[in-house]
Amino acid sequence: MTDDSKNEKQCASEDRRSFFLRLTLGLSGVISAILALPAVGFVMGPILRKPARVWRSVGKVEDFDEGTTVLVEFEDPSPQAWAGLTATTAAWLRREGPAEFVAFSINCRHLGCPVRWIEGSELFMCPCHGGVYYKDGEVAAGPPPRALQKYPLRIKGGHVEIQTSPVPLPGERPRSA
Amino acid sequence: MIRKAAGNVWSWIDDRGGVSDALIPIMTHVVPRDARWWYVFGSATLCAFVVQVITGVCLAMVYVPGGGQAYESLQYITNDAFLGSLMRGMHYYGASAMVMLAVVHLTQVYLHATYKYPREMNWMSGVVILFGVLGMAFTGQLLRWDANGVWSVMVAAEMAGRVPLIGTEIAQFLLGGDTVGGATLTRFYVLHVMILPGIIITGVALHMWLVLRHGISEMPKVGDPVDPMTYKREYIERLKRTGEPFWPNAAWRDAVFATCVVLLIVGCAIVFQAPSLDHPANPSSIDANPMPDWYFWWYFAILSMLPSSLETWVILGAPAIGFLLLFFLPLLSNRGERAPSKRPWALAVIFAGVTGFLVLTIYGYKKPWSPDFGVESLSREVVGATEGPVARGGELAFEKGCLYCHVIDGTGGHRGPTLSVIGDRLTREDLVVRINNGGYNMPAFAASLTAGELSDLVAFLQTRGGEPGDPPIQDRDEKATEDH
Repeated sequence: MTDDSKNEKQCASEDRRSFFLRLTLGLSGVISAILALPAVGFVMGPILRKPARVWRSVGKVEDFDEGTTVLVEFEDPSPQAWAGLTATTAAWLRREGPAEFVAFSINCRHLGCPVRWIEGSELFMCPCHGGVYYKDGEVAAGPPPRALQKYPLRIKGGHVEIQTSPVPLPGERPRSA
Repeated sequence: MIRKAAGNVWSWIDDRGGVSDALIPIMTHVVPRDARWWYVFGSATLCAFVVQVITGVCLAMVYVPGGGQAYESLQYITNDAFLGSLMRGMHYYGASAMVMLAVVHLTQVYLHATYKYPREMNWMSGVVILFGVLGMAFTGQLLRWDANGVWSVMVAAEMAGRVPLIGTEIAQFLLGGDTVGGATLTRFYVLHVMILPGIIITGVALHMWLVLRHGISEMPKVGDPVDPMTYKREYIERLKRTGEPFWPNAAWRDAVFATCVVLLIVGCAIVFQAPSLDHPANPSSIDANPMPDWYFWWYFAILSMLPSSLETWVILGAPAIGFLLLFFLPLLSNRGERAPSKRPWALAVIFAGVTGFLVLTIYGYKKPWSPDFGVESLSREVVGATEGPVARGGELAFEKGCLYCHVIDGTGGHRGPTLSVIGDRLTREDLVVRINNGGYNMPAFAASLTAGELSDLVAFLQTRGGEPGDPPIQDRDEKATEDH
């Protein structure tokens, strides 16, 4: 065997090796992509596909007295069969006049804890870090950066209906404070 | 005969599997002779992790990770299942033990500066494991899926929602939708039983490998600084002269301490039982008083004290900066003295850390910033009158919610200043202005009090003081007491 043919053979085998290396790395990348894309898509599903908002009746108009604030419960837009209790949501419903209603989200705007309506002082108070709101939902004291969120609301066929909405999150509107 | 057969079987397994070849050098690797009781915390943390894996696997055989049934399955485990209460109790106290031991281990390593050359990566892998353990503690608490669990998820989502630009998406990714619902619990379940344990097990494997690679550190000595140029050679030479095999000369201390830890976990589970469950997980129930488990009370307290302009920075920045600082600590200083007496700043950091933790934990447990929803009306003795404006005012202090935030002679919350001696501090006019308009952190009550009610309330408050006949003192530093 001449030196030339030896060198040629070595070159060829180096080419083969680097080809195999690139082939293996490339195929590993292909496998990763084939697995990762649907997996990432699947777990991101809740962000990418949102349930349509629906109107839920929370009671007849005459069930609510003027000037009162009461807790009403309603069901999520598309509750899973296994959701059980967690499919329910609540709102503080206030009747302000014959046909004027306001529905507040029960989530404190500080960190999302459930606010309670204190009848005597006409305030909403949060048990977590002491956020307080007036009866119109405006911040009265404590750490909340803004007013309680209101649900879209309508009166239809003598019923008060609330439109299901996402829980209020800080990023949804520009911060006022 | 049987013994001989068993011996043959073992020889076969050992020969084909290479068990002794792989394990004996690891078990008997040489360790410093002075590695005494200071060094038992790492192995004890691992032992607590084993307790968590075993009890966790058992619990997962019964627990149903579904929004509707998780709570019922936990009720069954706690009240009906054979040894169920013990198993849940062991998992709960095991979690506390693991968090505590991991922090004690980290503190000991920091105190002795064991993170210095060549053990930087030992420390860094340990920090990753620690954050994995804290993640387990948080996700484990909410798998109870009681009211506390549901609202913990909500708080986590609200915190994540503060991330700029993609906060809402992160929050909805965590919730598995745009509300807490059927898809929420399974996401946290998978984090708790698959993803975080995977991170911890991988981290522990790396951590153990590095312990073997770099050897166990010696006790720090004054005047013997770490110099990367000479450290390894000197360490190996010293070990040759004075070291002893880990197994069994040093391992017995680990075994003794780990036994105590396991006995303590089981003992607590038997004596104190598993923690009772809160109300069922109903996102529409407002009768919740969300509170983290004890290891996060200090953080809970910090969140209550922040001015709102700083809040987002601290909620997002503090964990990130805390992690980065801890993680990169060995790269900031990987040489020099290890002895605590030569590192006063390290002692100061540990002292400040422990003190801060204790104070904030107590503060978080008491949570004086929170309105006292359970307050009862004032007794006749405290009010000091049975009829007239003062009596009516005393009743109004309860009805109008004053007592939720203000204490009067031992009854009431601590959110605002005490009203026990308010009659000495504010004049009638001051009281009227303050109640009508509110003030720093106090709502305005003008709209919810009639003129008569206000007059009665002020009459009652004017009787609050040491000397009833004294003229009110114009105390202008009230702002200071309220601003804290």
